[in-house]
Amino acid sequence: MTTPSSSTTDPVLSVRDLTIRFKARGRETPVVHGIDFDIHGGETLALVGESGSGKSVTSFALMRLLPDARHCTIEGQVNIGGVNLLELTERKMTSVRGPKIAMIFQEPLTSLNPVHRVGDQIAEAIRYHRKMTRAQIRDRVLELLTLVGIPDPERRMSAYPGAMSGGMRQRVVIAMALALEPDLLIADEPTTALDVTVQAQILELLRDIQNRTGMAMLFITHDFGVVAEIADRVMVMYSGRIVEEGRLEDVLTQPRMPYTQGLLSSVPRLEDAGLRTGALGTIEGFVPTAGNLPDGCSFHPRCPHARPGVCDTAMPALEPHGRPDHPVRCLRIEDIAASDMEDLSV
Amino acid sequence: MSTLIEAVDLKQHYPVRQGLLGRQTAAVKAVDGVNLRIHRGEVLGLVGESGSGKSTLGRNLMMMERPTSGAVLYEGSDLAGRSHKALHPYRRKMQMVFQDPFSSLNPRMTVEDSLTMPLRFHQPELSAAQRRDAAAETLERVGLPRSMITRYPHEFSGGQRQRIGIARGLIVRPEFMVADEPVSALDVSVQAQVLNLFSEIRESLGLTLLFVTHDLAVVGHIADRVAVMYLGQIMEIAPTRALFTAPKHPYTETLLSAAPQPTVGARGARIPMKGEPPSPLSPPSGCVFRTRCSHATPECDAAHPELRSRAPGHLSACIRDDISLVPAVSDRPTSPRRKQSA
Repeated sequence: MTTPSSSTTDPVLSVRDLTIRFKARGRETPVVHGIDFDIHGGETLALVGESGSGKSVTSFALMRLLPDARHCTIEGQVNIGGVNLLELTERKMTSVRGPKIAMIFQEPLTSLNPVHRVGDQIAEAIRYHRKMTRAQIRDRVLELLTLVGIPDPERRMSAYPGAMSGGMRQRVVIAMALALEPDLLIADEPTTALDVTVQAQILELLRDIQNRTGMAMLFITHDFGVVAEIADRVMVMYSGRIVEEGRLEDVLTQPRMPYTQGLLSSVPRLEDAGLRTGALGTIEGFVPTAGNLPDGCSFHPRCPHARPGVCDTAMPALEPHGRPDHPVRCLRIEDIAASDMEDLSV
Repeated sequence: MSTLIEAVDLKQHYPVRQGLLGRQTAAVKAVDGVNLRIHRGEVLGLVGESGSGKSTLGRNLMMMERPTSGAVLYEGSDLAGRSHKALHPYRRKMQMVFQDPFSSLNPRMTVEDSLTMPLRFHQPELSAAQRRDAAAETLERVGLPRSMITRYPHEFSGGQRQRIGIARGLIVRPEFMVADEPVSALDVSVQAQVLNLFSEIRESLGLTLLFVTHDLAVVGHIADRVAVMYLGQIMEIAPTRALFTAPKHPYTETLLSAAPQPTVGARGARIPMKGEPPSPLSPPSGCVFRTRCSHATPECDAAHPELRSRAPGHLSACIRDDISLVPAVSDRPTSPRRKQSA
């Protein structure tokens, strides 16, 4: 996988200065603050963050699934194929969802209608967007069920969601999302509700499908273990801003932002199992709520490297600081010596 | 090491009734013949996937649910046959922490009310002031300021609520605690804080802990020994390091290989789990794991593997002694500390 900066083709998705504000009780609360990113064909970008970081809101904005302008304002650009989705009418947007951009969610049961057969639910999108005969649609549904690894697809296409296991339901949801061969698949915590063995199967399935179709994927998760399984690049989000971005290897092995370092050190490792390696790394305090962000860097009250007069005064920009493919939003990056980072990991 | 609590051929079967007369047509064997000893002062991890019966087993040991058959021995005396009243003295010794810190606290009760409730029940001789003191002290014990005692659950974050849930268990000074997926609903950084709290209280209070979870890395961090459950039965039980470095049951091998790790280069090297999970209504004949096992032979159809000792303290319920399984980690005397910077 080449790094996106060296890629010559146009990105499938290009997000510029995406800002989302929720309106409530006459107040506007920004929840996503001007984020930028690109995803290329065949590439998987993982968006990582804890609850409240704004990662799911971002993905909902890309799909235009957020409430209307009375409740929320979205600014910036979401470009797919030269079109800014934020400017489309709802009717036009309907023709984009499916063939251009599709989404799968955490809980497969809520994405499926319990009183319709799964085959009909997959066929619905095809019937809506494509002029195909019944027999052609049926063949396509069978093909999709086979693609997502559902055994005995002829029989399963007439089953109801309730008769399927969680893993099989998520496969059906993936088949629905893939029905119109989208250029971009957004996967919002698609394996969080599944058992580990099933999760491993679904991640492998997504990788495999991506290899075959070359689609771009935005994968949203809070789990760095899952990130390591699926991502080419990683964006870490905190309080509605991207705080670090880089290639998978770089972010996992050389995290630069103290927040990312803290997150990684808090994950228990299989290699340490049973060794009583002592306390896990923690991040003091809590994720601030939107609308109550501290001055300066949003992370500074929790940051072991924060310096008064520096970190609490200005919001740092997401900048390369010497590593163009691994920008970070930290004013202290030059001062945080490599030895400091090692201390954090113990 | 002395045994604090022991399950002897423990079974929890739920009848499935169908038809006009509601006749029992089948049974879900949530726990099916479990033998298990938990030593005083240890943390026993209980892992398994959804539907494996791990939560039911935890509830059985607590007598929150009376087992269909079998015995639960607490310091040698059977709890399963006791009347509700005769169980009362044991209730204080055994406490539980639940998964969801949002639904396990009453939103209309202050922290003080929630924490003192167990005391009213178990130590009615205490005055209101004494109860209040005990609540404040326990709150401090779990890392929250005393002053928060007058607050309501909605004023707390998920991690703080889980601390309150732990405090509610600790306030009666139990000997044994069952924690059922206590960190699964929490964000990673908060999960680490709560895990550290568990490590700390088990040391300082000498607590015996049954830690029920689906997360192998979590169990590897917290547990002294690990039991692996599948379809109501224990497949393997071993000291934690041994389970991760030398698994003896194919199901453990599969689980370990499926656990995602935040390391580069681990991608895709999986031992696949065959097929679909069997219905707990009609588990496979013979070894219950055989339909999904990559090492199954025709003998497994008829075998009913018992837990057998395969190494010191290491039991496995598999007839195949001849296979060598892939460990999650190779056993090195010291694991190099992970580095975070180049």
